[in-house]
Amino acid sequence: MGPLIPNGIIPSDWDSIIAILIGIAFGFVLEASGFSSSRKLAGVFYGYDFAVLKVFFTAALVATIGIYYMDYLGYLDVGQLYVHPTFLWGAIIGGIIMGIGFVAGGFCPGTSLCAVAIGKIDAIIYVVGIMIGVFIFSELFFLFEPLYEGAFFGNITLMDSLGVNPYWFIFIFTIIAIVSFVISDIIRKRNKKIFY
Amino acid sequence: MTKKIKINRHVYWNPYFGGFLLGIIILFTFYLTGRGLGASGAMKSGVVTIVDTIAPTHAENSAYYSRFISEDKSPMNTWLVFEALGVLIGAFISGGLTGRIGWRTQHSPKITKKRRLAFALGGGILFGLGAQIARGCTSGAALSGMAVLSTGGFITMLAIFGSGFIFAYFFRKNWI
Repeated sequence: MGPLIPNGIIPSDWDSIIAILIGIAFGFVLEASGFSSSRKLAGVFYGYDFAVLKVFFTAALVATIGIYYMDYLGYLDVGQLYVHPTFLWGAIIGGIIMGIGFVAGGFCPGTSLCAVAIGKIDAIIYVVGIMIGVFIFSELFFLFEPLYEGAFFGNITLMDSLGVNPYWFIFIFTIIAIVSFVISDIIRKRNKKIFY
Repeated sequence: MTKKIKINRHVYWNPYFGGFLLGIIILFTFYLTGRGLGASGAMKSGVVTIVDTIAPTHAENSAYYSRFISEDKSPMNTWLVFEALGVLIGAFISGGLTGRIGWRTQHSPKITKKRRLAFALGGGILFGLGAQIARGCTSGAALSGMAVLSTGGFITMLAIFGSGFIFAYFFRKNWI
């Protein structure tokens, strides 16, 4: 029963090799979907290209449905998976800052790595920027610490916060995603086409 | 006519197909390792390594760097660093197969190269800072968090895209 490495079914010596293989697949799919192009990524914010929205939500849905389906079939124990912890204000304020960085720079860290791999100079500068940002945070950690450590709710999921059944939530989330795909296509047809 | 026959380098996969495969990769990652994907974590490891090499005492005394330094293991020897190396290889293969590799700065014809690079640097600094405050970026916090229905993951996702849409107006000249 999964997850395989934490349960010792695959020895942990394979960890790094698996990391590289998963990374290769991740990088290949991101680049092939056009995520090495900042102008394509930024399109989601201006309504001329919704690839980010479509790829992102499709991926999240396929992964969520897959995880819960494998749990239902008994191949994977959802309870053993790492749940990203909730630090309420850190998540909100960090997210807002990342949003400004996204629309200003046109990349997020994963996509900038893809663009670096194919030689985009703006992406190399962007990665340098990220490292400077991490450096600023680390040096001024005493300033950010209350935000970073505060409002901790534990490794909670939406079932804990909203009291919803996960299967119903996934179903509703799927409907929301499909509606947003339809709306995004309508918006894109109305907007002027941008070639890049 | 010849121009039309030439392969368009900017034809990408169908987004639903790419998204589906990406979802399968995330599912597979959770099935194997019990954790999700990430990207900014590798860059943090890079910063920790640089600071630890240049100023080891400063790194050990710092409340933040010291969390990622251990005696027996280099800060570069983490799962996310290997994964990030894989991302570079995978993207290079995909770019190579479609002829997208080359040194270039991509920007709107309405702005200069210098302006594009300045905004890329500024955007990177903000994203790096935000990703530390939120403990993860679009991959680690939002995407992998959403896959296991983490409340924090959903909040971060909404905050990133919400603020992106709100602030898009101020950066419109750079893109459209």
